[in-house]
Amino acid sequence: MSYDIIFSWLQATLRWSAPLLLVAVGEIFSERSGIINMGIEGIMLCGALCGIAASFYSQNILVAVLATIALGAIMGLAVAYLTVSRRTNQVVTGLMVNMLATGATNLLFAMMSETRSTRVGTFPIIFPQAMQKIPVLGEIFFCQPISTWIAFILPFIAAVVLYKTKWGLNVRAVGDHPQAVATAGLSVIKIKYQAVICSGIFAALGGCVLTLGEVGYFASGGMTGGRGFIVMAAVVVGGWDPLRTAIACIIFGAADAAQLRLQGMGSVIPYQFLQMLPYLITVVALTGMVKSSHVPKTWGAAYDPDSH
Amino acid sequence: MEEPKFALQMTDITKRFPGVLANDRISLDCKKGEVLGLLGENGAGKTTLMNVLYGMHQPDSGKILINEKEVEITSPSKAIELGIGMVHQHFKLVETLTVLENIVLGIPSNKVFLDLEPIRRRLLELCQEYELYVDPDAEVWKLPVGQQQWVEILKALYRNAQVLVLDEPTAVLTPSESDQLCRAIRRLTSEGRSIIFISHKLREVVEITDRVTIIRDGKLVGTIPTSEATQAKLAHMMVGRPVSIDRRSRPALQQKKPVLVMKDVNALDERGIQALKNFNLTVHAGEIVGVAGVDGNGQKELAECISGLKKPVSGTISVNDTLITDVVADPKFIGFIPEDRQKTGLVMDFSVAENLIIKEYDKEPYAEKRLLNLQNIKEHAQDMIKKYGIKTPTDTVKVSTLSGGNQQKVIIARELDSEPILDIACHPTRGLDMGAVAGVHDVLMKERERGAAVLFVSAELQEILALSDRIIVLFRGEIMGEVDGDTADAFTIGQLMLGQALEEKT
Repeated sequence: MSYDIIFSWLQATLRWSAPLLLVAVGEIFSERSGIINMGIEGIMLCGALCGIAASFYSQNILVAVLATIALGAIMGLAVAYLTVSRRTNQVVTGLMVNMLATGATNLLFAMMSETRSTRVGTFPIIFPQAMQKIPVLGEIFFCQPISTWIAFILPFIAAVVLYKTKWGLNVRAVGDHPQAVATAGLSVIKIKYQAVICSGIFAALGGCVLTLGEVGYFASGGMTGGRGFIVMAAVVVGGWDPLRTAIACIIFGAADAAQLRLQGMGSVIPYQFLQMLPYLITVVALTGMVKSSHVPKTWGAAYDPDSH
Repeated sequence: MEEPKFALQMTDITKRFPGVLANDRISLDCKKGEVLGLLGENGAGKTTLMNVLYGMHQPDSGKILINEKEVEITSPSKAIELGIGMVHQHFKLVETLTVLENIVLGIPSNKVFLDLEPIRRRLLELCQEYELYVDPDAEVWKLPVGQQQWVEILKALYRNAQVLVLDEPTAVLTPSESDQLCRAIRRLTSEGRSIIFISHKLREVVEITDRVTIIRDGKLVGTIPTSEATQAKLAHMMVGRPVSIDRRSRPALQQKKPVLVMKDVNALDERGIQALKNFNLTVHAGEIVGVAGVDGNGQKELAECISGLKKPVSGTISVNDTLITDVVADPKFIGFIPEDRQKTGLVMDFSVAENLIIKEYDKEPYAEKRLLNLQNIKEHAQDMIKKYGIKTPTDTVKVSTLSGGNQQKVIIARELDSEPILDIACHPTRGLDMGAVAGVHDVLMKERERGAAVLFVSAELQEILALSDRIIVLFRGEIMGEVDGDTADAFTIGQLMLGQALEEKT
């Protein structure tokens, strides 16, 4: 009996971590390029609703994913335009995106009342029934939807892209010394746009996985529950490294899964406190680890092409 | 077809910024295999001219010819394509990346993945060829600043630069590294490459260049063959009036009254490594003690300990028999001109007037009943601007808009106007042009006459020799030797800087 709880907790850990991993991968590239995309919380929220709506109307999960990618790219482009070209304050821009997203999703969701009562198609489980029935392993791993698997492979791909490709080198260089990149004959603005759009796409996909990964419905107001902000913290804790950030995301996912289970067990602790647990862990991790990590030198600062 | 004679010709380049005419019809040319010196004070327009050449600015008018063909340089990548390489005064290296990664950054290729092996081989060849050795896999921030310079040069050579612009390359080099650079420059010119050597150190310009182009206030003063140039002549052309930073005659010290007394001081640097070892030093009233040495041998910690920014691990430091821990905040005791005027000396975003009272903003007459007295602050600022000749439009402009020399004057006014009994001047002339350097020397000599004890830290041997009554040479946190200012010579001090103790004089 008690083992079952642990298994289901591990299973939920993987499931809850998946959206965080996706969002984190994009945010790492954006922040490495020097732009803190604080709007990922809002973009995630929009992605969550977009996934549900597209899946509902098209009855096709692939269409839902493509629509989400398009929406994420557009929102990323908007953030890039504001923070890179217009050099707006990145914190204020992020807050604005998040507030707009909260309002817009609430409004649109209210207008799409028919989706409320219906569960839509979710990401499929790719492993056969027989494998899912394998004790322990089946329960924890093989009954995960494909989105979870992709999310767990993605940090490794991100690490390769960041450290082994030319584009990854450009992104790393831009965040640390944009003038050096400009004098090397590259376009700083272009690289920053690419990185921020990348963060928009992955944030939207993360939101989509949040809704279509398992539950198949959208909850108005607080669907994402600050997960975008948690990812931002995880990126800092992980020192802007894909794999270390992934570990931070998984720890948060585990804490989130644990608190849900503790709530279900009818503990004496009021559930509000249990809900705080993952966030508390994040804060503690941040205070402990932030010192040792290397911050991109122009993190959060506007790049003025005329300053040399 | 005949081989073109000129690698680069810039004709009548004019570049206007809002409110300033940075380059006013400047022309220069550089033959193949020639070292052209570009000489001018800070703000004369050297950097703007070179940024035009490198495609970072577009000229308002004028022509640029490469290999005697007119070109339009619209971006740095275009400049690189045309064979122009530039080593900026402030390095354009990504410090967290390795040397190899910095070299490969921006090199066009069709590959998605980085292929560092061929680049590593080519880089090592270049290192050999020009005797500029660096470890390709070292992260740049771990390299000493001289080697970072090599990386910049190698980066340009890797891109096969035919015209290489070196902007103040020797400002960060030790004497032996400067020699190494000279050898590399000779090698480059023997291959037919051209060098534009920007500097305001006259000695080097005279040593290394073939011709010198001098600009002042955005205008061309003239171009002369180096064989016809003397340091005095160049200085005159650059500043527009005769200047000199030679040693001046001075009255002998009347009596020896110790002001700064350091006894057995030990201190650590930021990394926790011992920076001062059992350090003993006495500076008397009315004398200038020059502190020579290669940077990073304890000069910074010495100044920080005396100014109270750093606590020594052991030992005592006193000024006029009072422990410095009790007097640090008292402007009557210590005037401190810090090493980095922009980071520690000034609040760059504050106005000139605000920076002038930053030490005493909470005391009368600047503050009354916890409110700032703006009228008094303004009057004080205007007094100081007049007295110290600070060139600024008003006292309310941000200090960051002033030139380096005038920023330094703001610090000098703030630190020395209270007539402290001890002055600590750390690299007070670093990055300043000749006119401003001479101005700082005037100030320090006047402080000496006034009877202040002056500790003068500098990496410029020529200046140490010009100013000091006594010279101490630091090596690895210890005083390697002490020489009398009147009889000192550069060779002896150079030996001491490298850690070779003086032979006992018999």
